[in-house]
Amino acid sequence: MSEEKIDIHNSMTCPLPISDYKKVLLAHGGGGNLSHQLIQKMFFSQFSNSFLNEEHDGAVIPVKEGRIAFSTDSYVVHPIFFPGGNIGELAVNGTVNDLAMCGAKPLFISAGFIIEEGLPMEELWQIVLSMRKAAEAAGVQIVTGDTKVVDNGKGDKIFINTSGIGLIAPGINISPKNCSEGDIIILSGRIADHGIAIMSAREGIEFETQIVSDTAPLNSLVEVMLNTSRNIHVLRDPTRGGLASALNEIAMTSGKSIIIEENNIPIAEEVKGACEILGFDPLYIANEGKLVAFVAETDAEKVLNAMRSHPLGKESVIIGKVAAGNTGSVVMKTSIGSTRIVDMLSGEQLPRIC
Amino acid sequence: MCLSIPGQVVSIDETVPELKMGKVDFAGIRKDVCLQWLEDVKVGDYVLVHVGFALSKVDEKEALSTIEMFKEMEGLIDERKE
Amino acid sequence: MKYVDEFRSAKAAEVYFRLIKRTITKPHVIMEICGGQTHTIMKYGIEEMLPKELTIVHGPGCPVCVTPLEMIDKALAIASLDDVIFTSFGDMLRVRGSKDDLLSMKAGGHDVRIVFSPLDAVNIAAMNKDKKVVFFAVGFETTAPANAMAVIEAKRRGLKNFSILCSHVLVPPAIEALLSNRGTRIQAFLAAGHVCTVMGYEEYIPLCEKYKTPIVVTGFEPVDILQGIYMAVKQLEEEQYKVENQYGRVVSKEGNIAAKELLKDVFNIVDRKWRGIGTIPQSGFRLKDFYSEFDAEKVFGLEGKTYSEDPRFRGDDNESKCIAGEVLQGLKKPSACSAYGSLCTPEHPLGAPMVSSEGVCAAYFHYKKREGAAG
Repeated sequence: MSEEKIDIHNSMTCPLPISDYKKVLLAHGGGGNLSHQLIQKMFFSQFSNSFLNEEHDGAVIPVKEGRIAFSTDSYVVHPIFFPGGNIGELAVNGTVNDLAMCGAKPLFISAGFIIEEGLPMEELWQIVLSMRKAAEAAGVQIVTGDTKVVDNGKGDKIFINTSGIGLIAPGINISPKNCSEGDIIILSGRIADHGIAIMSAREGIEFETQIVSDTAPLNSLVEVMLNTSRNIHVLRDPTRGGLASALNEIAMTSGKSIIIEENNIPIAEEVKGACEILGFDPLYIANEGKLVAFVAETDAEKVLNAMRSHPLGKESVIIGKVAAGNTGSVVMKTSIGSTRIVDMLSGEQLPRIC
Repeated sequence: MCLSIPGQVVSIDETVPELKMGKVDFAGIRKDVCLQWLEDVKVGDYVLVHVGFALSKVDEKEALSTIEMFKEMEGLIDERKE
Repeated sequence: MKYVDEFRSAKAAEVYFRLIKRTITKPHVIMEICGGQTHTIMKYGIEEMLPKELTIVHGPGCPVCVTPLEMIDKALAIASLDDVIFTSFGDMLRVRGSKDDLLSMKAGGHDVRIVFSPLDAVNIAAMNKDKKVVFFAVGFETTAPANAMAVIEAKRRGLKNFSILCSHVLVPPAIEALLSNRGTRIQAFLAAGHVCTVMGYEEYIPLCEKYKTPIVVTGFEPVDILQGIYMAVKQLEEEQYKVENQYGRVVSKEGNIAAKELLKDVFNIVDRKWRGIGTIPQSGFRLKDFYSEFDAEKVFGLEGKTYSEDPRFRGDDNESKCIAGEVLQGLKKPSACSAYGSLCTPEHPLGAPMVSSEGVCAAYFHYKKREGAAG
């Protein structure tokens, strides 16, 4: 593939750095001149920091003594632009949140891009801008990364992997294994917004809605919570598989019995409407800016109040508790007063008409 | 069978006489629905929708009187508890 | 949501739990016909709250579950063709035919798409004139008018590339088949409310009188179901039998006349095989000859293809342990099946009622308390 010369001077000033190329080409991932220019003009210009600017194969980070949390996640969401956000900020917030759920202060993120040949440069630019803003909002730096381009048809516009490291302060011990009988379960806000926002943008399921994704970095909320109490046993952000899956995973790992109340779970009216039409159960729909916390009974009220004082926790509510017994499962008291099992999801939820 | 939800008609489109369509609102979600089988449907009516078609109008008088009946019966239970 | 939330009220539910408890003096067996009603009963844990004298059995009201194996195989055969876009409701995608299912075909690169409305399939046909677009028309009388409308609309637009694979089933013949079974223990029915929205309930009156069985047209929210159960129990206790309408807010005696006319125009009533039960006479719809250009079985030359009466294909599927037939007829509960929860789970189902999210076995598995669960 021939490499064309870039007008570097134009690209320095124009908001779209590589304006000569409207679309991403295979050569942009090939390691040659075009790769170098894409990385420099697009990624380095936005993510700039002292680690990245070393332009080394990896970021070299001094560490204090203590424990490091390390997390990774890959983002393949379709469509890549959806009401309330795009794949870029989702990728940053997602890894920030995974680290926060370990009780860590997220610090450094890596970003790996697998781009499908033909992706409009403008779209890549928007994604990168969003990632920069998301990183700033979360107080993290993107310090290393990778870019590959695959043939047209071999990808789905763009896939992003982010990995991250964070530092866990002494005395903090968050793990599903710490789930204890009597723990109170607090949910930080209404569920299923993200999944429904994505659905509304998918072909074949279009409907008009005001619902937007709730993607957000939860680390500052977690910090407020940890400053209030050291008796927070478990934290989890209910992403794919929704609240039900997150609670089931915790129940299975800890072997404990969880009971929740349907009437206490906040769901936006519009989200309820969408779920009714599609035949979905909101308990299984993804969230990207919510968490559940398992807190010792003694500290539940003060943690709840602390959460409510934070913008991302305003609608926090107690949804249940860890009951006696060791079933490793989740039951729910329904809106009509009966109880039923809340099972793990089997496969993907498919829209139903029956 | 068969998932059907009541929603409120917010607009009607009779551009194609053989395929009367409308926008129906379900708690804030709006979807296009075929209203062809409901001759006298009006904006503001509640309709029962299945796979994108309105099957019938909700008889609001009937619905409200049923709901009222529930409330009366609930009241009797509460009285007995006291 | 208006006209939904009020029928999920805990207080109203309690009223009916108490009324049922107060009214019942002896054992009764009531069958609910519709998969949506099964779903609600499981989701709200209603069975556990009813008096022990009352047994609720679940009928073959899951059109996905009763779609014959050969129909699914025909769907797969059509979907495997390169110039076909195969469209379907989501429910059908995971149900296995002899070897495969639509979801796997989709994963294998075939153009299989989920649609919400049959009109979406017509729109896809209009936008892809170089492809043949087929819609898997499964369902009860509730869905049949929508599918009929799709055919009429395709004809109106002059589309030459649209057809439906029709596997419609009708409820009243199924009720008759169940009641005429000597071994039946069903004493009353909750009729499928949304089917009756279209068809009305006149056709249930002769059934009720012939078999002296109460039939209550019932809705789908938990309070609807409880009210319907109460009305049935009251009739049974008073040794009455009549057709009553619990779902009056959307069901009238004559139903939706325009929709019924449409059904008469577009479909003939034919014998239909029900997976797990066998052939029930006059229990299905088939497109009239006037619309034969939209009949996928004719378009793709699949008419007359049948499978031998292999007992496995009557719903006892690939493993002899599957008792789908008995479950669908309300003769046994899923938990009575030796494979339930062990060999047969949603992850590796043996029969259709475990695959379909409306299927009674799947509903039992997802919502039923299993031993040792807290509650």
